[in-house]
Amino acid sequence: MLLGKLTLDAVPYHEPIIMATMSGVGLIGLVLVALITRYGKWGYLWKEWLTSVDHKKIGVMYIAVALVMLLRGFADALMMRGQLAIATGGHLGVLPPEHYDQIFTAHGVIMIIFMAMPFMTGLMNIVVPLQIGARDVAFPFLNSLSFWLLTSAAGLVMMSLFVGNFARTGWVAYPPLSELSFSPDVGVDYYIWALQISGLGTTLTAINFLVTVLKMRAPGMKLMQMPIFTWTCTWANVLIVTSFPILTGALAMLSLDRYLGFHFFTAEAGGNAMMYLNLFWAWGHPEVYILVLPAFGIFSEVVSTFTGKRLFGYKSMVYASGAISILGFMVWLHHFFTMGSGANVNAFFGIATMVIAVPTGVKLFNWLFTLFRGRLRFEPPILWTLGFMVTFTIGGMTGVLLAVPGADFLLHNSLFLIAHFHNTIIGGAVFGYLAGFSFWFPKVFGFKLNPRWGKAAFWFWQVGFYFAFMPLYVLGFLGMTRRLNHTDNPAWTPWLYLACVGALLIACGIACQLVQLYVSVRDRKQLADPTGDPWNGHTLEWSTSSPAPFYNYAKLPAVHDIDAFTDMKEKGVAYVVPTSYEPIHMPKNTAVGIAIGAFTTALGFAMIWHIWWLAVAGLIGIIGSMLTRAFDDDLDYYVQPNEVEAIERERFERMGIDVDAYSEREPARKPSSGVKPATLV
Amino acid sequence: MTSYATPAHGHDGHAHHDSGEQKVLGFWFYLMTDCILFATAFASYAVLFRNTAGGVSGKDIFELPYVLVETAALLLSSITYGFAMIAGQQGRRTDVLAWLAVTFLFGAAFIGLELNEFHHLIVEGNGPGASAFLSAFFGLVGLHGLHVTAGLLWMAVMMFEVIKTGLTGRALTRLNCLSLFWHFLDIVWICVFTVVYLKGVL
Repeated sequence: MLLGKLTLDAVPYHEPIIMATMSGVGLIGLVLVALITRYGKWGYLWKEWLTSVDHKKIGVMYIAVALVMLLRGFADALMMRGQLAIATGGHLGVLPPEHYDQIFTAHGVIMIIFMAMPFMTGLMNIVVPLQIGARDVAFPFLNSLSFWLLTSAAGLVMMSLFVGNFARTGWVAYPPLSELSFSPDVGVDYYIWALQISGLGTTLTAINFLVTVLKMRAPGMKLMQMPIFTWTCTWANVLIVTSFPILTGALAMLSLDRYLGFHFFTAEAGGNAMMYLNLFWAWGHPEVYILVLPAFGIFSEVVSTFTGKRLFGYKSMVYASGAISILGFMVWLHHFFTMGSGANVNAFFGIATMVIAVPTGVKLFNWLFTLFRGRLRFEPPILWTLGFMVTFTIGGMTGVLLAVPGADFLLHNSLFLIAHFHNTIIGGAVFGYLAGFSFWFPKVFGFKLNPRWGKAAFWFWQVGFYFAFMPLYVLGFLGMTRRLNHTDNPAWTPWLYLACVGALLIACGIACQLVQLYVSVRDRKQLADPTGDPWNGHTLEWSTSSPAPFYNYAKLPAVHDIDAFTDMKEKGVAYVVPTSYEPIHMPKNTAVGIAIGAFTTALGFAMIWHIWWLAVAGLIGIIGSMLTRAFDDDLDYYVQPNEVEAIERERFERMGIDVDAYSEREPARKPSSGVKPATLV
Repeated sequence: MTSYATPAHGHDGHAHHDSGEQKVLGFWFYLMTDCILFATAFASYAVLFRNTAGGVSGKDIFELPYVLVETAALLLSSITYGFAMIAGQQGRRTDVLAWLAVTFLFGAAFIGLELNEFHHLIVEGNGPGASAFLSAFFGLVGLHGLHVTAGLLWMAVMMFEVIKTGLTGRALTRLNCLSLFWHFLDIVWICVFTVVYLKGVL
C-alpha cells in the first residue's frame, strides 16, 4: 500500500472543534505567507534566519517556537479547565473522553518538551556564548541542526491534531496501555517519534554547549568565574547528556514492542511494564531539574543585577546546583512509591527526595541574602523573581510532603500531585524563563519591553496561578484523582469553578504579554537601549552593544572577576575604543540543518503511518545531507577589520563617544546616558 | 572542520570554530551518551533475561565457539584499526587505506556472523517475539550490531575521503573520532560477551 495506514478517514471531519482549529491555523498560515510574499521577505527570512548558524538568531527561533507551543498547550489547558467546570453534577461537558484524553496528553508533552525545553534552550543559546565572551558555540552547524530537529518534532505533534490522533495515554505513555494491543492507532507513534526526534536535538545541544563552555571561554575566565546562569545551564547540560539517552532507550524499546512484536513491556510473554516506569523516570526526574536549574540561574542574575549587589554565595550556588544535579538522579522511584518496592526502598527514595530540599534551600537563602540591604529596582524581571521565591517555596514544601511514602500512597495520582508539579514548574521554570525573557530582550532586539504591560502580565500570572492551582491542592485532599473527564461530587464543584477562573486570569496574563510585545515594538524608539547596558549589568553580555553584533565581540574581553563587566566598569575600561581591529573568523550559513529537519519530518511521518518507501527516502535524504556537509570545504570566512570598525564606530557614536578622540591608552568616559557602576559588597 | 582547511589564517586563535580538539572532545561526550544508551539496554537485559515465558533460555541457544570467532573478528579489527591510526600519524596514506580495508573486512565478518546467528534463531522460532528474554537479547545485541554497521559505513566514507583528499587534518580528526567509536564498540562487546553469552551458558 502506497500510503501505509494513512487514509482520508484519518482527518477528523466529524470533530467541529478540531476542524475550526484547523481552519484557524490554516488561515493564519495563509495570512503569514501572503504578508511575507507581499513585502518580499522570503529571501530575508531564508538568508538571515532559517539557514543562520548565529547562536543568537537560533535562540530567538527557539523562543518563537516555544511561544507558539505555549499558546497551543495553554489552549489545551483552557479546554480542560472549561470541561471540568462544566462537566459536574451529572453533566458530561463538551469534550468526549476520547478527545479529552488526547488533550491532557498533548498538554503535558507540549508544555514540557515543546514549550519549556525550547524556551530554556533558546535563552541558553542567546546568553551563554555572550556571557563567556565567545563568538559562537563550539559547533554552530550542529546548533542549527538541533533547532531543526526540535522544530521537526513540534511539527509532528501539530500534525497529529489534524491527521490521525495523538496518544490518549497521558504524557508518560505507560505500558501496557501504550502497547499496540491497547493503543492500536497512531497516537502513541506520534508521541514516540516526536519525543525521539526532539530528544536527539536536545542531546546534541547539550554536547555542543558543554564543549563551548569548556573550550571557548574568554581569555582569563576560569571555570569558577563563569556567570551563574552559564553554570546552571552547564549543570543542566550534564543532566541532559546523562539522562536523555535513557529516554531514547526506553522509547526505542516501546517502538520495538509496537512495530516488531518484541516483549519488553507487554503484559504477556514475560514483558515487564514496571521497567518502563523505572526507565522513564530515570530520565523524567532529572528532566525537571534540566528545566529548573537554568531558571535558578536566571533568578540569580536578576537578583544580583536589580539589587546592584554581587550575588551572595556564588560558590555555594555552583555547588548547590551540582548537588541538585547528582541528587536528581537518585530519586526517580518517588514517582511510583505505590509500585510496591517495599518499605526500605521507598524509605531510601523518600529521604533522598527530601534531601534535595537542602541545596535548594541554600539557593533560596543566597537570594534572600543578596536582596538583604540591596536597593531593589522593581522592574518586571525582579517581580517574576520575587513571585517565584514565594510560589516555588510552597511547591517545594508540598514536594517534601509527597516525598513521605505514606502520604504519597494517599495523594498519588490525585490533583494534589498536579497542583504540586505545576507549582514548581510554573512557579519555578516558567517564571524564570519569563524573567529571563524580559531581562535579555533588550540585548537581542536593542529595546526594552514596555514595563507597564510587563507588570500587568506578571500580576495576572501570579494571581491566576494561585486561583488555578491552590484549589487543586484542596481537590486532591478531597480525593479527586487526575485525568477525570467529568465528575459528580458537589463538594468538588466550587473548587473546579475557582480553578477555571484561575486559568482565565492566566489567559489575561498571556494576552498582556502579547500586547506588551506589540506596544514595545511600536514604541521601540523610546524604549531603545543605546548603551548595550540597560540594567547596569554585571556580566559580559552587557559589555557589547544591543543588539549584539553578529560576531559578539570586536575584541575578545579579558576577564579578571566573576562579575567581569562590573570589574571593567570599576576600573574604567568598560568602553575602550580599540586603535585597530583584526579579522574575525566566522562560520557561514547553511541550509543543511533545515534540509535534515525536513527529511526527518518525512521519516517520522512515514514511520508513524507505516509508509515504508517514504521512510527509506527520508533516511537516504538525511544521510545524503550529512555527506554533503561533510565534504563541503566552503564553511567559513573572515570578517574584515574595516567592516568591524564601521560597525563598532556606529555603536560608539550612538553612545556619544567620539571615536577619533580616544586611543586604546585613554579609556572612554562613561556614556552620558549610562548608569552608575554597581556597588560591590 | 574548517581550521585545517585554512591553517594559514592564524590571526585569531581563540575563536576557531569546529577545531579538531573541540571535535574530539565533543565526540567523547557523544560516546558517553551512547554508553548510557547501552547501559539502558544492559539493564533491560538484566531485568528480563530470566523471563523466558516457557521458551528457550541462554543455555539452550548460545554456542560459545561460534561467539568466540565473532569476538576474535571484532577484537582483531580493533588492533588493525590501531595500525591504521599509527600509519595515519606517520602520513603513510597507502598503509592507512590497507589497514582500514582489513578492519572493514573483520567488521563485516563480525556483522555477517551475527546476522547468521539471528537468522538461525528466528528460523527456529526463537525470534524476538517469542519471549521477553529473547526481546532483550535481540535488543541489546542488535543495538551493538547497528552501531558496528554504522561504523562500517563511516569507515567506507573515510576510505573514500582519504583516497580523494589524502590525509588532511580534517581526515585525521575524523579517523581519530572513528577510532574512539570503534574501540568503544569493542569494549561494549566484551561486556556483551560476558553478560549475555558467558553468563548465559553458565
